Amino acid sequence: MTDLIEPDVTGPDGAGPDREARGRRVELTSAACFVVATLASIALAVVYWQGGQPQAEGVLLAVSLGGIGTGIVLWAKHFMPSDEVAEDRHPLQSSEAEIAEFSADFEAGQSTLGRRRILVATAGGACAALGVALVFPVRSLGPRPGRGLKETPYRNAPIRVVLESGNPVRPADLEVDGFITVWPRGHTDAADASTLLIRYRPDQGFEPVEGREDWTVDDIVAYSKLCTHVGCPVGLYQAQLGLLLCPCHQSTFDVMEGARPIFGPAARPLPQLPLALDDEGFIIATGDFSAPVGPGFWDRGR
Amino acid sequence: MSGVPAPEAQRRRRRGPEHLLTHRLARWVDSRLGTAKLARTALNKVFPDHWSFMLGELGLYCFIVLVLTGVYLTFFFDPSLNQVIYRGSYGPLRGVEMTEAYRSALELSFDVRAGLVMRQIHHWAALLFLASLGVHLARVFFTGAFRRPRELNWIIGCTLLILAMLNGLFGYSLLDDQLSGTGLRIVYSITLSIPLVGTWLASLLFGGEFPGPDIISRLYVIHILLVPAVIVGLLTAHLAILVRQKHTHFPGPGRRDDNVVGERMWPTYAAKALGLFFLTSALLAFLGGVFQINPIWIYGPFDPAEVSAASQPDWYMGWLDGALRIMPGWEIRAFGFEIPNPFFPGVLLAGLTFGLLYAWPFLEARVTRDYAEHHLLDRPRQRPVRTALGMATVSFYTVLFLGGAADVLAATFGLSVNAILWTFRFLCLLAPPLVGWVTYRLCKELSARDGVPTASNVTVGQIPGRLRHREERKEAEPESQALRS
Repeated sequence: MTDLIEPDVTGPDGAGPDREARGRRVELTSAACFVVATLASIALAVVYWQGGQPQAEGVLLAVSLGGIGTGIVLWAKHFMPSDEVAEDRHPLQSSEAEIAEFSADFEAGQSTLGRRRILVATAGGACAALGVALVFPVRSLGPRPGRGLKETPYRNAPIRVVLESGNPVRPADLEVDGFITVWPRGHTDAADASTLLIRYRPDQGFEPVEGREDWTVDDIVAYSKLCTHVGCPVGLYQAQLGLLLCPCHQSTFDVMEGARPIFGPAARPLPQLPLALDDEGFIIATGDFSAPVGPGFWDRGR
Repeated sequence: MSGVPAPEAQRRRRRGPEHLLTHRLARWVDSRLGTAKLARTALNKVFPDHWSFMLGELGLYCFIVLVLTGVYLTFFFDPSLNQVIYRGSYGPLRGVEMTEAYRSALELSFDVRAGLVMRQIHHWAALLFLASLGVHLARVFFTGAFRRPRELNWIIGCTLLILAMLNGLFGYSLLDDQLSGTGLRIVYSITLSIPLVGTWLASLLFGGEFPGPDIISRLYVIHILLVPAVIVGLLTAHLAILVRQKHTHFPGPGRRDDNVVGERMWPTYAAKALGLFFLTSALLAFLGGVFQINPIWIYGPFDPAEVSAASQPDWYMGWLDGALRIMPGWEIRAFGFEIPNPFFPGVLLAGLTFGLLYAWPFLEARVTRDYAEHHLLDRPRQRPVRTALGMATVSFYTVLFLGGAADVLAATFGLSVNAILWTFRFLCLLAPPLVGWVTYRLCKELSARDGVPTASNVTVGQIPGRLRHREERKEAEPESQALRS
């Protein structure tokens, strides 16, 4: 085999003893790569055995793999034949004769099938019916999408709003320009019921939406926290401007005007929650949100 | 080879190849399957050599690394939504309530030896996998390698790209950290936005309303079994078709449409490929060891009421996230029905993107009336219209991609997010025609300077640079050929 693997270096110093010396150098470099890789593998095993360390493991693994890779590439580039050869392409297409032979054989078989019309029809029908029947279990994957998308646990109003800890909230718990996230009592894990309570400044120019004049208490307004774009929590409040910003896709809602979208991809206002105070002075919701919360869907308006 | 007489000394040391174990094993297999002829054909298979032909190979090696590291991860990860209290070794989260999925991912990162490095290599390999598929796609497009007879492999390749993107998304959605939960929330809402069937699809996929009790365990099976199995199948077909049709080559002396000029598979090409596999793995091991990726312990467990600023998907989903951001706040409402906003960027744009990608070879053949077989590649400058359209498309998706980082750009450069998004809204309309026009002019200019006629068959020898290089090589060839015989 060695006879064949004459180095085929087409560099400027292509011949003679220079070339031999160069070949020797490359061979040594390549061998050194393999030795380094071996050492790195041993070190890798030791590091793991001693308790492991992610950076060291990554680097040692890289040295080990890289050593083997570099060694092989040097070997291939300098000591393996790099002659260019040409191979003919043959037509990919079958010859007309082959196609004709195939057609003849296929049609011979097909004609015997075709004679049993009833069998072909009933067998086809049976397979189709089986196919349809096998689609049905897909239905087990999830419940029928019902009222769930249009309702939240606030439908059991009047209901107190509570913090994540379960504690009810008084208006005095909220500073002016402050905002907190609340849920209906007993549903702090409901993904569709997170609500923002925002206390605006009395002189900030809050304009209630028509018909919602009594939905706020003590300058506190409540909106669904789910963005009407794709349902991210609208978590940033710019108190000075009275703007709610969704960090996901930068939809911006004007808190002073019924949380209508003023920028970004959201096309609908955040649904508002009607608020009131109960006998003990805690904030309650007097009904469900003004619209289905979160992202839109086909029959949302139905 | 057997004709070469070995020196006496050597003959005494080795008893000849027929006694080697591998030799005997090969004979054993051959006597049962008759593989020698086929194997010889494989050894002598000719592969053209060009750096850009390694891009798909790179993707293949990333996939192998993904499978190897992924199998390791499955031994420790538990895709369960059961609530547990964390008691592992990461202090800041001790005592926090979380799902078993997130807990086992933390355990894998902090308490399983070599777990973190494996997880990070897996993630880096996914990022590089998608990158190499993207660049491979661009290479195939700009050199016209998709033309007849390779339309089938183009279609398989596009499918592989979609599957790889989806599986990447599903993969980082499994860990149930804050970022992955936000991603799933967006996936749910985009599914929900599909007219007529959206609510059903979302319910069937998630097992109910978001967050859905089943989504993580379902994505797990899809991520580790279904999609990889389909990828393996399609990859096999992709390579089998490549072997059957033989690789394309660039024009050059002696290179014609009815031959393929390159290196034999054995031993040089095989060795280089093996070397590239090791080097790719080395790069991924280095990245996985040294560069932190997806630090889920910083994001915390998923809470649907929380989100962190600068939530970005992995890079290959960036164009979709950017499209969601750049889209103006429009939706269609009539008779109580609506087509919600995310449908347009999230479903329609993605559908159009991949629809056009699939259809491209057929569209181009139709427009150019070129239905002939092509085995010689184009240089991009020879096809100004195709290259211009391709670059225009690339610029469009680049703008979308940058749009996905609008908030990060705003924070980094102290600009207003709104101003940046408005800029991107205009840019995604203006950049494609501009980039397309500049590319077209450049192609014309370059090919005029080459003296190569555009959009016509190029005769060999008209590619400067390559030509000289090849002629120098020619002189060495007869010698090595002689040695071989």
